[in-house]
Amino acid sequence: MGSYVPNTEKDIRAMLDVIGVEKLEDLFRNIPDEVKIKGGLNLPEGKSEMEVKAIIEALAEKNKIYKSIFRGAGAYNHFIPATVGTVISKENLLTAYTPYQAEISQGILQSIFEYQTMICEITGMDVSNACVYDGGTAAAEAVKMIIGRKTEKVFVSSALNPQYIEVIKTYCFGNGMDLVFVPEKDGVTDIDFIKENMDATVGGVLVQNPNFYGNIEDCSTIADIVHEAKGKLVMVVNPIASTVIKNAAECGADVAVGEGQPLGLPISFGGPYIGFMACTDAMKRNLPGRIVGQTTDTEGKIGYVLTLQAREQHIRREKASSNICSNEALCALAVGVYCSIMGKKGIVEAATLSMSKAHYMADQLAKAGLTIVNKGEFFNEFVTESKACSCDILKALDEKGILGGYPIGDNQILWCCTECNTKEQIDCAVEIVKEVAAC
Amino acid sequence: MLIFEKGAEGRRTSLLPSCDVPVYELDDKYTRKMELNLPEVSEVEVSRHYSELAKKCHGVNDGFYPLGSCTMKYNPHINEKVAALPGFTQIHPLQCPKTVQGCLELLCDFEKKLCEITGMDRLTFQPAAGAQGEFTGILLIKKYHESRGDSKRKKIIIPDSAHGTNPATAAMADYEVISIESGPDGCIDLDKLREVCNEETAGLMLTNPNTVGLFDKNILEVTKIVHDCGGLCYYDGANLNAVMGIVRPGDMGFDCIHLNLHKTFSTPHGGGGPGAGPVGCKEFLAKFLPDDMPVQKECGCFGFETAEDTMGRVKAFYGNFLVVVRAYCYVLTLGKEGIPQASTNAVLNANYMMASLKNDYTMAYDEICMHEFVMDIASIKDATGITALDIAKGLLDNGIHPPTMYFPLIVHECLMVEPTETETKETLDGAIAVFKMLKEAAYENAESLHTAPHKAPVCRLDEVGAARNPILRYVKAE
Repeated sequence: MGSYVPNTEKDIRAMLDVIGVEKLEDLFRNIPDEVKIKGGLNLPEGKSEMEVKAIIEALAEKNKIYKSIFRGAGAYNHFIPATVGTVISKENLLTAYTPYQAEISQGILQSIFEYQTMICEITGMDVSNACVYDGGTAAAEAVKMIIGRKTEKVFVSSALNPQYIEVIKTYCFGNGMDLVFVPEKDGVTDIDFIKENMDATVGGVLVQNPNFYGNIEDCSTIADIVHEAKGKLVMVVNPIASTVIKNAAECGADVAVGEGQPLGLPISFGGPYIGFMACTDAMKRNLPGRIVGQTTDTEGKIGYVLTLQAREQHIRREKASSNICSNEALCALAVGVYCSIMGKKGIVEAATLSMSKAHYMADQLAKAGLTIVNKGEFFNEFVTESKACSCDILKALDEKGILGGYPIGDNQILWCCTECNTKEQIDCAVEIVKEVAAC
Repeated sequence: MLIFEKGAEGRRTSLLPSCDVPVYELDDKYTRKMELNLPEVSEVEVSRHYSELAKKCHGVNDGFYPLGSCTMKYNPHINEKVAALPGFTQIHPLQCPKTVQGCLELLCDFEKKLCEITGMDRLTFQPAAGAQGEFTGILLIKKYHESRGDSKRKKIIIPDSAHGTNPATAAMADYEVISIESGPDGCIDLDKLREVCNEETAGLMLTNPNTVGLFDKNILEVTKIVHDCGGLCYYDGANLNAVMGIVRPGDMGFDCIHLNLHKTFSTPHGGGGPGAGPVGCKEFLAKFLPDDMPVQKECGCFGFETAEDTMGRVKAFYGNFLVVVRAYCYVLTLGKEGIPQASTNAVLNANYMMASLKNDYTMAYDEICMHEFVMDIASIKDATGITALDIAKGLLDNGIHPPTMYFPLIVHECLMVEPTETETKETLDGAIAVFKMLKEAAYENAESLHTAPHKAPVCRLDEVGAARNPILRYVKAE
């Protein structure tokens, strides 16, 4: 049996004597016998570290690792510098709880303050929180932020990641908020629909940029329409893209949220990831979750604390802006290390490489006979249409150890490139697609 | 010093290759014009910066951390090792199920094991943390009443001793919170419960053992009263570490639960997360579970299924998978005997500390406790002016992370101590000596305690000033 309990028989005896009870079972005398488990748990015996390691390694081996990945759709295979892994393994940071005791948590608090600054830099917004669970929950929390006292619905673009749409729907089933889905036209949000239907009952609009199909939306125009009607604009953005394309602030967004996974977190079968949330100064008290602020100690030395806590569940209880307590702090640390080590130049390079490779791949796939569905500008994701069935294309790629794009319907595929995809990988994948498309 | 204040213009690391395809030029209309002020530092500077930050932190693997209600047990290294396997970290969440059989098998097997531990029938790993687990659980209750056309049920009953997340969760699901006062023993007052239970009751949210560290011995009566009025019972798993392998929420009459894998199941808390908050339920609620439930099919292979009347998704993909892997490793290691052994020793350690301290400190509830106990500092405060906060700060100077302060709210000047089972008797004895010394200091050297900590990287911080004049990001000096 494996165990992390250090108490010896002798320790236990001595401790029971101090407590003044006869045996261990006496400690549980307040639990009525009729509810106690009889005969123990129906579980296997505990195992040694060596055995457990072998069991879990065998499970990991049953998963297929692709040597090249052209799939994104919410999870992006960007390069992760070695320093990120080393830093987040430091036990003082890894094994600490939420920094309630500020004096011995300055390292974590400062890392969050730096993370908040980085998110503000990337999105261009004024204020960032310390993070939420992932891009989907960040979007759902943002919808809640723009529900005004006098508004009854929020517009959500249909070109938003479908998983995020589902999360928003679930959160709104919870709070009874009305959602209206703005239709898409040619792969982008139908701006005319917003123009025609925006009125004082609408709290605001949520749009993703680049959207699920990779298209860059005309968010500045949407912002003007929304603000005209006194609503708020939420943009769900890709943080890497935001370093080269017009960011949320430049577009005029009131709230910018998104999935922070591209900034230094592995794809990891979907989690843990990190949802970032930033907004204008005017909206900061509507932000959910923790926020770190700078202050001074009794000797005037600069330090950091959790702040604006009057928004939070442990103070406000049922009147809190959200129920969130634990977040994804260690992922925020990873983001901080990533942004530091990549730096001002490196992150823009990652963005430019990703964008360039995607455009190269799109050109090559077009030459191979596929139709590029995207009509305007895109970043690192795009959609192709083919006569050949998507499943045949993806199967042929799979046989060569390549994870192709994400299938949308029978004949469309959403492709993604990052800096990790070399020209050689792209050419190889295109060659395979070409063969299938020619059949 | 912040990372932004280090480095120099133009300094950088070499991480990415040059572009091997034509560089794409984006239409100027869509190009970012705003400057991007991220750090410009070398790898050495980054490495040293974070080593310096790490030195200013205290994790459970660094020292004793008796933070009540948070179950800061030791975080085993093997958990980290297996969670870092490329067969997990390099798997895209949208791969075809037949290429992720290992992930799915792990989830399915762990679901069965956690159901056995909790007495539930099904369990989802999608919720990312305890609070999201609560939200998922409350939506199960909401979907249940809705599916029966029972639209009058708008109220959730929550004891006044509950965690803040409970009422905040109920509000997120548009429920009215009915707060009920705890009895003098810190447990549910059955008469008060009967008074508030009616045809408008959607359910009850409860931890057991409760937040004062006592097992509510009337639990079967409590859940029966709620069921009799047509409500459902939700178990907040925050305190499960006291009773694993001893008693199961499912057998106490609870219909759905959440677990905190980052508390009870030894996964590191990462300075605030990521956690994982799997939600279990009885069979009659399973049809409302979130989308993409991993299942083993008749052919023996693994896949996903969508519950018949699913609530949808609470999060993209399948939850904080790598956290789940760590917790799975822990459960395989402990097994049938190790699990109750962990709880038994958690309770033993708590009682040992409580018994050893009760001549010096007033215990809010002076009886055998479960995995944690609450010390009432009110009498010390009256006599010396030393508060729970002062004692906490005094502990910092002695290498001990303080207990939870000022919670539960029903004991005003309190410290809530949860030693966990992974601490040695020597560690507990050391901490007991420190607590006794601080009590003496309260009477003999109050001023020094008022200004503690003296050895931490910073002294007491001005929280009021931080909130009044919020500085929430670094801005480069002009």
